[in-house]
Amino acid sequence: MAATSQANIEGAGGSVGIVVPRALEITEPLTLDCGRTLPQHTLMLETYGRLNVARSNAILICHALSGDHHAAGIYAADDRKPGWWDSAIGPGKPIDTDRFFVVALNNLGGCRGSTGPTTINPETGQAWGPDFPIVTVRDWVRSQALVADALGIDCWAAVVGGSLGGMQVMQWAIDCPTRLRHALVIAAAPRASAQNIAFNEIARQAIISDPDFHEGRYAEHGTKPSRGLKLARMLGHITYLSDEAMRARFGRLLRGGDGRFSFNYDVEFEVESYLRYQGQSFVDRFDANTYLLMTKAIDYFDPARDHGDDLAAAFAQARAKFLVVAFDADWRFSPSRSREIVNALVVADRDVSYALIDSPLGHDDFLMPLPDYHKVLRGYLSRVADEVSA
Amino acid sequence: MSTLRPDLALIGDWIAPGSRILDLGCGDGALLAHLARTRQVRGYGLEIDPDNVAACIAAGINVIHADLDDGLADFATGAFDYVVMTHALQALVRPDLVVAEMLRVGREVVVTFPNFGHWRVRQALLRGRMPLTPALPAQWYDTENIHLCTLADFEALCREFGWQVLARALLDRRHRSGKLIAAAPNLFCENALYKLRRPAH
Repeated sequence: MAATSQANIEGAGGSVGIVVPRALEITEPLTLDCGRTLPQHTLMLETYGRLNVARSNAILICHALSGDHHAAGIYAADDRKPGWWDSAIGPGKPIDTDRFFVVALNNLGGCRGSTGPTTINPETGQAWGPDFPIVTVRDWVRSQALVADALGIDCWAAVVGGSLGGMQVMQWAIDCPTRLRHALVIAAAPRASAQNIAFNEIARQAIISDPDFHEGRYAEHGTKPSRGLKLARMLGHITYLSDEAMRARFGRLLRGGDGRFSFNYDVEFEVESYLRYQGQSFVDRFDANTYLLMTKAIDYFDPARDHGDDLAAAFAQARAKFLVVAFDADWRFSPSRSREIVNALVVADRDVSYALIDSPLGHDDFLMPLPDYHKVLRGYLSRVADEVSA
Repeated sequence: MSTLRPDLALIGDWIAPGSRILDLGCGDGALLAHLARTRQVRGYGLEIDPDNVAACIAAGINVIHADLDDGLADFATGAFDYVVMTHALQALVRPDLVVAEMLRVGREVVVTFPNFGHWRVRQALLRGRMPLTPALPAQWYDTENIHLCTLADFEALCREFGWQVLARALLDRRHRSGKLIAAAPNLFCENALYKLRRPAH
């Protein structure tokens, strides 16, 4: 994997350069929360940086709802779009690939090459489609632990994730306490609220009620529920930005230059154009069955439920040190949700720091190179690197 | 790390080894780092300034970004052995309520503040101006201090609420005690340290 250093306009640090994804075959059977067992599965992954001799400097990146294994770098010299968290991962960046060996993967059930609804079910020779089991955050952690085994990593220096990724980080700390030293939980929540579930349900209904959905067997019908998936993504994007950020970015600007209303339902306001663009580009790269499954994983995530509804009791078995980060304009998983996590960790007598970042966008800020945010990540991870002698 | 402020070193003497501590307005975490090193305490700092929060995190100090004026409702009664607050009392909207909350959350409380009864303050006021002293260097219009008090005021508050004063250390601006302070504390003390316990009942 070439590690060409190139200037990064976002701030300090360079790019990991051209990266090559690979498929990791996991041959150990994986029993899922739903009761079904996958005899084997494949996960797509990318790695950046070098694993040290002690195998102590590995960081696992957990992705959010629509993320994948392409977290950093580019695929070709003329590739204009780097990985989804390229702002934070690279040489000299907060997740410093000069010091850490970074592993990013596409979760089980994903649609970017890992075993999921779009891959072939070996038992039938057909794509899984809607027959792919609904997986949970706990299942993902089990699957990711098998990846760690395959890579020879007994203990992650840190597991890091934002949003749904942050949920995986918490589950890691609870389910595999001895296998990570640090847990970085960013823009997450200890469980989905009724409002979160409500938004997810509307997104799912948009997909399921699309006439092209065919009960999830749209591939067999040579079509896909584009309208539903587009609507779902448009809805999602509203929750990723704050009211204030939307006002600042779009306001009531009209697309047409003359400032007159057109008295029809074509794209008219800039925000409509933005949402339609985001929705459409998502349809081109994402699978509807995976979207359904991912939203369900969010809804089901609830580590407190496994411990008498007591989050502190769930964290009592954790051994990792925590960094919790929230963004003040985030209303999808607001800072008060992060404080619930922090409060439970304090009750559980765990080491935890909490940074509230003054943020312009909202939930989406966890992907942005905000100076205050990156300063916190950099400061924390720099100590982690010292600790593991990276 | 530079040498610790003498008042912070003094607080260390009041803290039992191995205790659990909450430091309100912990700044860059110097006190927590000192207590962790010398007293093996475990705990957390609360801090509102993002640069200080980042400094604590970079130093490996547990810090929670929080506004003290929002109260301590997130913390359970008796959750800590000590709740400490150095030089933040006078900047709070309701210092009385915060101290009461500290005494709920902690078994014992350590609080420090600049004494507004010091002779330099009185001298300035006699001249008809708000004081600018080494302990109070900001102008009246840009100071963060909105609830300054004298030793007498603070002790009256303790009596009113029945807070027990377990110990106090009265220091000059170089954080030393002395005969003058002992003779007339409210005139000569510039920095006051109090160790409190909640009412016995």
